[in-house]
Amino acid sequence: MTMDKYILGIETSCDETAASVVKNGTEIISNVVASQIDSHKRFGGVVPEVASRHHVERITMVIEEALSQADMEPEELTAVAVTEGPGLVGALLIGVNAAKAFAFANGLPLIGVHHIAGHIYANRLVQEMDFPLLALVISGGHTELIYMESHGSFDVIGETRDDAAGEAFDKVARSLKLPYPGGPHVDRLAQESRETVQFPRVWLETESYDFSFSGLKSAVLNHLHNAAQRGEEADPAAIARGFQESVVEVVTGKTVRAAEAYGVRQVIAAGGVAANKGLRTSLQAAFAEKGIPFYIPPLPLCTDNAAMIAAAGTVMYEQGIRSTMAMNGRPGLILQSWKEKSGFSV
Amino acid sequence: MTWLGIDTSNSPLAVGLVKDGVTLIEETSNLKINHSLTAMPAVESLLHRASLKPGDLTHIAVAQGPGSYTGVRIGMTIAKTLAWSLGLPLVPVSSLKILAANGRYFNGMICPIIDARRGTVYAGTFKGPSLLSAEPEAHQELSDLLGRLETAEGTILFAGSDASQHEETIRNALGDRALFLGSHNRLPRASELIRLAMEETPVNAHAAVPEYRRLAEAEANYLKARKGPAT
Ligand SMILES: [Zn+2]
Repeated sequence: MTMDKYILGIETSCDETAASVVKNGTEIISNVVASQIDSHKRFGGVVPEVASRHHVERITMVIEEALSQADMEPEELTAVAVTEGPGLVGALLIGVNAAKAFAFANGLPLIGVHHIAGHIYANRLVQEMDFPLLALVISGGHTELIYMESHGSFDVIGETRDDAAGEAFDKVARSLKLPYPGGPHVDRLAQESRETVQFPRVWLETESYDFSFSGLKSAVLNHLHNAAQRGEEADPAAIARGFQESVVEVVTGKTVRAAEAYGVRQVIAAGGVAANKGLRTSLQAAFAEKGIPFYIPPLPLCTDNAAMIAAAGTVMYEQGIRSTMAMNGRPGLILQSWKEKSGFSV
Repeated sequence: MTWLGIDTSNSPLAVGLVKDGVTLIEETSNLKINHSLTAMPAVESLLHRASLKPGDLTHIAVAQGPGSYTGVRIGMTIAKTLAWSLGLPLVPVSSLKILAANGRYFNGMICPIIDARRGTVYAGTFKGPSLLSAEPEAHQELSDLLGRLETAEGTILFAGSDASQHEETIRNALGDRALFLGSHNRLPRASELIRLAMEETPVNAHAAVPEYRRLAEAEANYLKARKGPAT
């Protein structure tokens, strides 16, 4: 007989204060996200010090809300999982120290989770994983292709060499004077536009699964600059569509090529940019054609949340991985396979 | 009554346990190691050595700032999470007052100072030996503080390690009226934090927040820009 495992997840790596209870790594019992977006809007982006201040104001209320929505007492929990990194250091420290104090007060095991592992395991909350699989993690901070042979084995086969995709979306949105956060506005304009401005596709070396978005972003800025110099009015919707088409074509192309080369049984997408309609539609169509099962979690599980941290934390718990009271927030934490990690993390 | 006290608001780490008014154990380390690495292990070790469990605690005291933004938040996050998890009263105490308490038997004005860079300090003044607040705590130019103290009366005892960092400037302004606590008496002590906390009212753990005494830089710039250029 196996006992049910209830893991409390805590996530504060950027501008969402989040806590969640997940059962057996697959079932969301509660999922609370306190967004700070309204506070950061006026600055045109996330201000780390402001984010950290909000986290400390809300952290215990958010955890309490997650427990109360789950209708659970701390002693019914199996363990506490928290985002250890990467992310904004001041923001990470709030979640990490709250998780440590909560685990200590309640005598619970503590598990430090890599944020990207969390994004990947968000999928397990809607669809069981089938290995080997390929994960596309695409967000404001990340653009990575990760090959997984089994639970907790991560092989980063491609990553961005400059901006993350979401970062490029935000910068282009700003140059088009769209409100923060700009990604969804670019997506909306791109869907609406009939016209398109042609921008280059950056494929890098033929064999590479890496990405580069800074050249594309510069091409958009140049286009705007040239239009202004000629005294012409630029068409923001056509620019948004042209930019998005370039990102979508390259990301889809590389993801499909990697999936075929590695012979995976499943492809999953995760991260805030995976919510982009243009990208979703393109990936779905491409993998339907290839006959490879493809999944994207629903929007609230694509963006930062704590259920994904609890989901990844559950499998880490099952693999015997634990953290100590000396766990730190690690802004530059690298994604490692858990078996390698467990060798020296205890 | 068993109090746990935590101060991570500046570079020293001070933790301690006081049971029924008697200090069981207290530690101050000045090794400048990241509080996130050391604070919870220190709490764990303290309780272990005192043969206590988290559930044996009855009160939590915490230094609530001003100080290093990150440092203040680490202590506050740990303290409020422990207090809420264990259902205990939480008492935040000013980090400046904790430093002033090292000179609490001085019969005159005590001025704790925490450096805030670029010629500015966090400071306030307290009357010894009652430690009643005389001048409210604020983030200010050191020169403004000294300007006001020049016109005050009597000797002034400066407290905290950062006061000695500015000793020359302070002596230039106040001459013999400025006294300084010795180097063995400049670091925060958890037993003093707890003693001060016993005199104050507990707060709701959820609502407990640091006292930064200063806006985030982006916030200050935003407010300045909204008011428009100064005329
Ligand atoms: Zn994320």
